[in-house]
Amino acid sequence: MNDTVLFIGATSAIARAIAEQCASRGFHLVLAGRDVAELAIIAADLHIRFQVPTHTMPFDAEHIHSHEAFISECLKVHGPLRGAVVAVGYLGDQERSQKEMSEAEKIIHINFTAVVSVVNALANAFEALSPSYRKRPKFICILSSVAGDRGRQSNYMYGAAKGALSVYAQGLRNRLHRIGVTVSTIKPGFVDTKMSYGRQGMFLVADPSHVGADIYRAIVRQKDIVYVPGFWRWIMWIIQRLPERLFKRLRL
Amino acid sequence: MRSAMAILSGWGNFTKEPSSVYRPEKQSDLERILASAQEPSYIPRGKGRSYGDASLNADGCVILMTRLNRFLEFDTQTRIVHAEAGVTLSELLDVFVPRGLTMPVLPGTRYVTIGGAIANDVHGKNHHRRGTFSQWVTEVRIMLASGEIVTCSREVRRDLFWATTGGLGLTGIIIDAKIQLQPLSSWLIDVQTDRLPNLGALLDQMDRFDDDYEYSVAWIDGLQSGEHLGRAVLLRGNHSVHHPRERVDGDDSRSPLKSKNHRRRSVALPNLFPSFLLNTGTAKLFNEWYYRTHPEGSMASLPLNRFLFPLDRVEAWNRAYGRRGLLQYHIVLPSQASRSGLSLILKKLSERRQPSFLGVLKRCGPVGEGLLSFPREGFSLALDMPARHRGTLDLLDELDAITLDHGGRVYLAKDARISRRTFENMYPNHERFKQIKHAVDPTGRFASSLARRLGLTEA
Repeated sequence: MNDTVLFIGATSAIARAIAEQCASRGFHLVLAGRDVAELAIIAADLHIRFQVPTHTMPFDAEHIHSHEAFISECLKVHGPLRGAVVAVGYLGDQERSQKEMSEAEKIIHINFTAVVSVVNALANAFEALSPSYRKRPKFICILSSVAGDRGRQSNYMYGAAKGALSVYAQGLRNRLHRIGVTVSTIKPGFVDTKMSYGRQGMFLVADPSHVGADIYRAIVRQKDIVYVPGFWRWIMWIIQRLPERLFKRLRL
Repeated sequence: MRSAMAILSGWGNFTKEPSSVYRPEKQSDLERILASAQEPSYIPRGKGRSYGDASLNADGCVILMTRLNRFLEFDTQTRIVHAEAGVTLSELLDVFVPRGLTMPVLPGTRYVTIGGAIANDVHGKNHHRRGTFSQWVTEVRIMLASGEIVTCSREVRRDLFWATTGGLGLTGIIIDAKIQLQPLSSWLIDVQTDRLPNLGALLDQMDRFDDDYEYSVAWIDGLQSGEHLGRAVLLRGNHSVHHPRERVDGDDSRSPLKSKNHRRRSVALPNLFPSFLLNTGTAKLFNEWYYRTHPEGSMASLPLNRFLFPLDRVEAWNRAYGRRGLLQYHIVLPSQASRSGLSLILKKLSERRQPSFLGVLKRCGPVGEGLLSFPREGFSLALDMPARHRGTLDLLDELDAITLDHGGRVYLAKDARISRRTFENMYPNHERFKQIKHAVDPTGRFASSLARRLGLTEA
């Protein structure tokens, strides 16, 4: 199987976990991110463990004007992709974003604008593919968050950006369905990564390797919207249905 | 970098201490942690399998190395694998055993990191043949207190190399190491089982035939007394000649790629295990059953996993000892003194009615060059005891006296309670170790609760 999967934001623990799942099934990997030295280490590790070809490419989420060139370079060097996983994210500091617009901008820019920019380029590239490649199944896996399901006072800037991302992914799913591309929106709850390490107020924190396995399964089964771990679907079902006049009084 | 507050303990759950814990995910994170100089002292920690306080640091912080777990390079010609310190032996075996390669020295559990294996200079059931873990380590890279990263080996900075192997993380943070793998002739081990009625018979049997075997380990019933003192089941094994690897292809059920025996099946003990279930009564029943189900003089071929890592099948088995945890008394005695020393120790246990639920005896080969390395020529005995029993700590002090009298020493990886004086008498190289440590860590940035207890932090 010569299928290649692109990982954008590949140094994240969740991306690495998904990459392990793909590598163990023989997929070729292209790892993209800002820290090229770190990417080389992760690529070498996956190659040694699973004996699949692994490549790296520099990618800077913040420089959105570089994204189109990034996608065309990637397709030129590595050929047509089976799919891409977008794991770029920035939790930010809620309190600081309330006082300093630059922090608010950064949270919105990295979590939403940057992802939209690179995924747009990829979607256009998929649409421009020749009909023979169109027939093969392809996927774009976008990492959103349960925080995007309802704004709450402790992280609504991040939540807003992720919420916007979920809606974008929904529209994209609609657009790309007719050319056979599955757009999967993944909504993780709390995951044990460096983003959440040492923070207070977390519960039911999931191991990245379990999350990676769940997401791999979701991709393979061509799921649309997936909560990982699965029980978050029920938690968010309840949270989303709490009346606003009650929710606004809580300190979640 | 953010740290998390956690209450950490050793595997014995005996010592529990709160400290702040950092979890770096790459080398530059480590550099930042040391450079920020926010903590009075640091100690690296792997999977936390040391029984005592070797990776605890109540007066400072702990650096969890488990996310620095990438394979960096593998040379198929030399069979040398270069891996980060957080890679576990479990991962190493998962990757390389199916390719017909293994690490010749493996401790009793897979779930230790390469860093931990080097820092404790671990040994396995074949020490008399293959020595300790460091025997197969060709190079170690350490981050020193200054933040500088140095490479040491038998040829380069050998003082630092021999201080770091067995050095309990006190010379610096082990970042990565190169390990020499060896070809594996079979995925199975031919195991010869013998039942011996007492300690004398066991030692006789081991003396007579151990040289014919790669692996040798005896399970001792610690709850016996009188003429049954030291009743044992002796397991000795060789890499299987009946099932060599060449004759087993990938689809064969005997290969690790297919056989469900090779896949790790384990059950985990729950967090709130009712520890009263593990008591002298139930232990006696278990021991009787274990002794009887091992028929005299039998031979079987077992998958590597089952023979080398029997306890790994029950995850978190230490929870069976409850809140107070367990203490393991693991010592080595020189050959000539072993008969007398071992029987004195077992007799004392039975006199005091101190239950020991698991006893393991292994043969050890010549001493290595690690300054604080444990094994030396003779026999090693490991006894698990519930800590909740009254008088256990006093009894262990008395056992220390016996051990010292017979020229033996305690394994620091299992230790939670020996005194500084006892340690200094047992490890004559401690002064040399402290010299080297002081040279690379003059202000004592690397320290642990164990180091403070044994006086290793003082110049």
